[in-house]
Amino acid sequence: MKRLVKLVLRMASLLAAVSILAFLMMAKAPMDPLTAYIGVNSTISEEAKEEAIEYWNLDGSPVERFLAWAGNTLKGDFGESIVYKQPVLTVIKERFQYSLALMLASWLCSGIFGFALGVLAAVYKDSILDKVIKSVCLVFQSSPTFWVGLLALSIFAVNLGWFPIGLAAPMGKLASEVTLGERVHHLILPAATLSILGIGKITLYTRQKLLEILGSEFILYAKARGEGIWQIVGRHGLKNIAIPAVTVQFASFSELFGGIALAESVFSYPGIGSAVTAAGLGGDVPLLLGIAIFSALFVFTGNFIANILYGAIDPRIKEGGFRG
Amino acid sequence: MDEEKSIFWNRRRQTACSIWAAVAYLAIGLLAGLLISPQWYQVDYHMVFAPPSFIHPFGTDYMGRDMFFRSLKGLSNSIMVGLASTAVSSVIALALGVAAAVKGGVVDRFVNWCVDLCMGIPHLILLLLISFMMGRGAKGVLAAVALTHWPELTRLVRAEVLQICSAQYVQASYRMGKSWLQVAWSHMVPQVLPVYLIGVVLLFPHAIMHEAAVTFLGFGFPAEVPAIGVVLSESMSYIATGKWWMAVFPGLLLLLAVLLLDVAGENLKRLVNPNSGNE
Repeated sequence: MKRLVKLVLRMASLLAAVSILAFLMMAKAPMDPLTAYIGVNSTISEEAKEEAIEYWNLDGSPVERFLAWAGNTLKGDFGESIVYKQPVLTVIKERFQYSLALMLASWLCSGIFGFALGVLAAVYKDSILDKVIKSVCLVFQSSPTFWVGLLALSIFAVNLGWFPIGLAAPMGKLASEVTLGERVHHLILPAATLSILGIGKITLYTRQKLLEILGSEFILYAKARGEGIWQIVGRHGLKNIAIPAVTVQFASFSELFGGIALAESVFSYPGIGSAVTAAGLGGDVPLLLGIAIFSALFVFTGNFIANILYGAIDPRIKEGGFRG
Repeated sequence: MDEEKSIFWNRRRQTACSIWAAVAYLAIGLLAGLLISPQWYQVDYHMVFAPPSFIHPFGTDYMGRDMFFRSLKGLSNSIMVGLASTAVSSVIALALGVAAAVKGGVVDRFVNWCVDLCMGIPHLILLLLISFMMGRGAKGVLAAVALTHWPELTRLVRAEVLQICSAQYVQASYRMGKSWLQVAWSHMVPQVLPVYLIGVVLLFPHAIMHEAAVTFLGFGFPAEVPAIGVVLSESMSYIATGKWWMAVFPGLLLLLAVLLLDVAGENLKRLVNPNSGNE
């Protein structure tokens, strides 16, 4: 319990620091503070401008501006997005649903396949299968996500025509009429692209961990008792590598979030990743700040879950006897 | 693998080969970038969208520019950004890592907190934020990539230095009245150098890849500069009409750079790690 409280406190302090850091960066950007909040092409009246200046304390020093912004943010008001002409929170909520589906699909996919492939590679170490898996993973790890996306688009969407070229639903259809099947159909290519980003890491990690376990003495003893290789893996291997593998997978939330920015802009998928690009290119400071904080929250959640799981799977950590 | 072959093609030779391959590739990329004159990829409206051929190995783009030279020039730009930012990030990491481990206490906690902070924001989002702060462009991408690649390496250096902090020769050195900076410089840095340098080698491909990603999203090099990210984001508009060569080859150049460096780094790591030395 004490461990969790400590964790939460640490995360809160980090989150506060992230907001300060992000705000400072935005304040440093070569932009007029007022333009940053209402946009370059804004046609709002002088009175509304005055109101905005007062509301966000834009005439004040950066510290005063930060306090005004932080106060409003804590009340749940992140301001108005310039690019989407909607409250920032609405934009994030709406787009996060799409991104969540995408991230969940690719996260599960890379986790399950990566784990399975890693186990296979370790069991058949030095065989052709192992070499193929290892090489493929190396290539996957080194390939830029956006390039993989472009290739997938070119092969499966343009040349073969199996999948739609982009977006999250057929064009010109009302959101309420889009069926689940259509959504899934649009999701497959981006999700596969994102999985390729993560699968190499988890596979190589699982393989290495399992090899370490298989090299230890209790495995030698199990072999001497006459257990087959799959029996050994099932009884002794999986349990021991499950914790590190799950932890690595949860710790990959940060890469996943970066990955959606790239994958979504390739597939013009209307998620949070394409929103952050649009916000940055359109000089949309409120949205950029909102997404930065949201993404940090997302990463912290991943780390937090990994920590709790750690304790649940391995009681030594929960009791605090291990690693202090 | 049969015995004879494994004696010749052993790990040391593999490592040497992978390092030479990576170095050669980088050198060729850099040199090519310096030697290529913009005339070689100038606009030519007679040759718009030419598929790969003998004259244009990578084809041409929507303005008839030769994709081979443009991509090569872009690769050298990426390598230069990678070199510069790796240099900056690795120096930051060494300084912070050593300071955290040697000084301990508040310094250690502060450095750890900074590392956590930097890793708490998704890397790409942090890159975009910094680039946005610098007003995008070449300056933005350089600052972003240079200032965000130190956290992992800092952790590595800190962990390595912590292991030798209690060594007797280090303690003896303190007793002889050396300051912590002197001890760190003359006893600790040389000790962690191999691991540190491998970390730097493995950092390099990340920096290159992130440069391309930031540029691809429009936060890096402007459109008139040849860069892999620019070329690929241009190709996005034409891929739906079947101009596959505009995306395939430039990406392949980038992939090769990252892959070669990664393999070289991993080989080096295995060679230095005593646990896997006898495999």
